[in-house]
Amino acid sequence: MNIPLRDPNVVMKLSRLGSFHQSRLSFLRSFLKEFKDWDYKRDLFELNEKGYGTAVFSFKKKKRVYSLICFANELDENERSDRVIATKWDTAFTLFDGVPTKLDIERLKNEVPKQEIGRLSYKELTLSRANKSVRIFNHVVESLSNGVQPDKELLAKVGYLYRTTAVYGSGKFGLADRFRIKNREEIYGPFRLEMMLVYLVRQFTFDQVNHVAKNRNPKKAVNLDPEICKSLGIGNSTGLGMAPFIVNHPTLLNNWIYAREVSLKKIREIKNVSITESNLFKDCLKKSIKNITSWNTESEYQIKKIKYLLKDLNQFILFLENEFDFNQEYPFNKLYQHLEENYQEECVEYVVSMMMEPYENIVAPLIKEMSSEEDKYFNIPTERTVLELKTIIENKYSEILKIDFKKKENNLNFWFISKNKEEPRLANRFDENGSDLEQPLAVARDIKKLYENLLVFKNNLTIAMFLLSNADLRHVVRRAFIVEKFPYSEIQDNTIGKEIVPIDMLRLKLSFFGALKFDPRSDKWLRICMFQGAPLPEQLKNYDEHWVYN
Amino acid sequence: MKSLSEIDTVSKRSSRAAGYSWGIAEEVGKNIRLLEIFCLPGIKNLNDFLNCKKNIKLENIKLITEDNSANKSQYCPVIAGVNFLDQIKTLENLNEIKFKKIAYPMLFLPFVSRASEIVGKRILLKLDEKEFLMSFNNCIYSNFSKKEIIKIAESVSIKILKNEDSFSEKEWKQLYKLSEETFVEENESLKNSGAGAGLTDND
Repeated sequence: MNIPLRDPNVVMKLSRLGSFHQSRLSFLRSFLKEFKDWDYKRDLFELNEKGYGTAVFSFKKKKRVYSLICFANELDENERSDRVIATKWDTAFTLFDGVPTKLDIERLKNEVPKQEIGRLSYKELTLSRANKSVRIFNHVVESLSNGVQPDKELLAKVGYLYRTTAVYGSGKFGLADRFRIKNREEIYGPFRLEMMLVYLVRQFTFDQVNHVAKNRNPKKAVNLDPEICKSLGIGNSTGLGMAPFIVNHPTLLNNWIYAREVSLKKIREIKNVSITESNLFKDCLKKSIKNITSWNTESEYQIKKIKYLLKDLNQFILFLENEFDFNQEYPFNKLYQHLEENYQEECVEYVVSMMMEPYENIVAPLIKEMSSEEDKYFNIPTERTVLELKTIIENKYSEILKIDFKKKENNLNFWFISKNKEEPRLANRFDENGSDLEQPLAVARDIKKLYENLLVFKNNLTIAMFLLSNADLRHVVRRAFIVEKFPYSEIQDNTIGKEIVPIDMLRLKLSFFGALKFDPRSDKWLRICMFQGAPLPEQLKNYDEHWVYN
Repeated sequence: MKSLSEIDTVSKRSSRAAGYSWGIAEEVGKNIRLLEIFCLPGIKNLNDFLNCKKNIKLENIKLITEDNSANKSQYCPVIAGVNFLDQIKTLENLNEIKFKKIAYPMLFLPFVSRASEIVGKRILLKLDEKEFLMSFNNCIYSNFSKKEIIKIAESVSIKILKNEDSFSEKEWKQLYKLSEETFVEENESLKNSGAGAGLTDND
């Protein structure tokens, strides 16, 4: 049976993309799998009794070494902020390519804590900073120094000791450009070095909290129970910076979604599913419910989504247990059809992620295809004709062409880069100044304008000639030829309309990272947790790949 | 040292700020990155050009022909470059393409380098006395290695070179003969067991 790939007009809608959940394809899971055989080591740990100082952690295999350099500094309570406008943090980190010398560490000690205004070099791969969850950190120190383990319920409510507020890579602030490292097999999956940084930061937070507790009460203090460590991740506060990323990297976006869609297609095409496979699917699904019931948020938007997700999933599990027979042909296809007919998008995409759990053989080869050589697709094929471009737009942007951008509500917002922090922002074009400096992120509006302009030109005219008088649309001409080859490269929605929920764009990216427990703080930023439940570095050699649900 | 990613982003944004469309600014970003990869003064020339642009009378060429002369002043290197790149498939059969007066010709150069890759032919670009041989956007051979700003090229010539060997047939045969010394002479039994042996191809 040949199941077609899902229609981009369905999958690439923002509400659908904003319903994605982590899966076997997620970058933090594929990172752990890739690096499980590497040697982990704490190379340096020079912290004072309060936990301030320098530490280095590394992963090594043969001659390749990646070292996380951590700088922990004292921070006045009034200076602690998760906002992107902050200039000081409790800790700052960089992932170094190789083994840093003392000179490297001295150089980086002056630069890394400055983050965006510091200068890094081609020897550094990623950069980040993190702030303590002060209440949780202090509680853990207090408990451990008194010889007792901390309150698990309190920890579960937050889920981490520290949260990062940005993780930079790919040439930012002088960091190594991707071309320098792209041929290394261990980092073929996207964002692998960003994932490594976050994972090692997590270990630093455990070692630091143990160290501070031990110094506070050397005779009585105990270490944080490894099982509790496992239950903690690293938090992250994320703003709009991620949203333009997925618009600005169309082939990369395509490759992520395409991997997910091919996985689903192949799973739906399985004629006979073994008992082991169906049991694993059901087991992961049932166990995963605890990730939803422990999902804390004050966002009414998210509370509502969680409520419906939980209701749908419980109903789906009942259906699975009482009505569904896996002992029939193409059971996952039947399940998928049942899901689409009976449940909301959030539940459909949740179960799609679960369906991948038994199928390492299907998912693993796709992970290596999730990066992209974007420059290959940059040139516009200007020898092609107006007719060809019109046809592409009619086929690939059919939903977009239905939007009337003359209506104020469909053209309400504009994306811009703020001068003070060089960060993307979204604002109402009728209320705020600056729409003349709009970023090229209103793809739907510009594609529609391109189509309308094409209509007045002769069909056999080349794109080279069309562009002579339409230079203002060059950016979307390029995109249209990309979407012709990469069906999932474009969000099939209006990114400047009244109804836009920017956190849908963030969630899409974060779900591919492998984040759990999205906690929107507004419609423009959210908190998440990464690596919660993940094996500790010492446990990597032999870990359960379905750790997310344990 | 600035990363290529920073060079690309800042070049793109500054070009947009100087009045080019986003699509053209994207081209400039990629081009300056390319110049810097090839150790040519990209940022230096772009910075000077964008800051002086308002004071120069620039002409935007549209259709490129064999002979192109700016009527009043100088051709804009970005617009000339974009249109050269876009029209390369129709220009590749011309023997030589000439321009009179291109402002900041270093900014025109990467468009020509990219065109070389698109048509799969080497291109010889002359900016007055400076020569640049571009091979498929992989490398640039030049007699110019100064990190300087070139404000104008009075005479620009572009020759799209035919795909020809750089060696004689005699030299090739000599080398080929040497390579044959890695082959093994087949005896009858090896010939009889080779692929397709013993079958008729007319069945």
